[in-house]
Amino acid sequence: MSQPKTGRIKWFAVAALAVAGAAFAFIALGGLGENLVYYWDPSELRQAGDKAIGATIRLGGQVAPGSIQFDPGTSKLAFEVTDGKQNIPVRSEGVPPQMFRENIGVIVEGTMTKEGHFTSSRLMVSHGNEYQAPHDGEKVDTHELMKTAEGVAE
Amino acid sequence: MGLDQLPRPSTKAPKVAAGLIAFAVVLLAAGSYIGLFRAPPEHFMGEVQRIMYVHVPTAWNALLAFTFAFVCSVAFLFRQNWKWDARLEAGLEVGVLLAFLLCVQGSIWAKPTWGVWWDWDPRLTTTAVMLFAFVGILALRRFVEDPVKRATWSAVATIIAYADVPIVYYSVRWWNSLHQTQSSPQTVASTMVTPLRINAFGILFLVSGLLVLRSQLAQRRLVRELAPPLPERSVSDAVVGGAA
Repeated sequence: MSQPKTGRIKWFAVAALAVAGAAFAFIALGGLGENLVYYWDPSELRQAGDKAIGATIRLGGQVAPGSIQFDPGTSKLAFEVTDGKQNIPVRSEGVPPQMFRENIGVIVEGTMTKEGHFTSSRLMVSHGNEYQAPHDGEKVDTHELMKTAEGVAE
Repeated sequence: MGLDQLPRPSTKAPKVAAGLIAFAVVLLAAGSYIGLFRAPPEHFMGEVQRIMYVHVPTAWNALLAFTFAFVCSVAFLFRQNWKWDARLEAGLEVGVLLAFLLCVQGSIWAKPTWGVWWDWDPRLTTTAVMLFAFVGILALRRFVEDPVKRATWSAVATIIAYADVPIVYYSVRWWNSLHQTQSSPQTVASTMVTPLRINAFGILFLVSGLLVLRSQLAQRRLVRELAPPLPERSVSDAVVGGAA
């Protein structure tokens, strides 16, 4: 077996570390955040104006309290997504995930329409990093959770 | 030291690994029992949240295993000792296994809570990139015949691929994502923190045991690969030896 030049192998390490460090710095400090848009919040969507019409985008925010309307007959769902500054009315079809409720984070995929509402083809519920025990005297019933979709229509 | 020195596998390693894995089994049994039967269901998610007691420890340990592989890569290139190549192979394999399990568990948790199995948000995308990058390095190791080239190039590739590991961790803080940011003991009910911690150490000991076993296996393979060929014996030697 040939003995490789040890000095050369060390330079491989230095070069690899430099490449890795540069890649990490570029992604961490470069303007990737400006271009890497997973979702827009309602204010950003309002600023985009007509550019948001027809383009497939994601809108993220919280479900505005008191805005949920669900018709179990046609499974049409309407609610508003808010970031505390702006509200965007959203329309979607189908029963939402069981975690869907007022004030929960949601991300909807779809597009703005000329009528000024957002048509969603995909509704995702996003939760925070808090995990709480049930409050005193309260039982968590999964079947009840599943009914939230019907429950919110009242 | 140097690459002309054969690695010397340890005879104690299997016992050490067995001890680590046995302790891991005890911890995981205790942590899972508390997590499944003693901890409360989550206020909003209910029983589904219990998958956290395996998903979060898997995530931490996957990042740790790749960090171990990264350290082994740097050590191999600077020290040029076969032991580090064997440990690198172990770290890569264990890391890939954990990263794969991580994505599976995440999907199982996502479907009932987020409403989807998968979405290309920054956290999930960077995690998938991490998994495939390290799977690619394992494939690279299988392709290269020359042990020195295999060790050198997979170490270089591991160092470069490692850039993604801290990005996976910070992705939820840097960019908007579907995945929530890191929890802390302040955001998790205290009754849930205990099983989470026990299982995190359980998987850590399991991973340590697997790393010991797998790096021993890699060392034994290297010994077979690198050992000088036996001196050729001619037929006459054998005949003379047999007649003596």
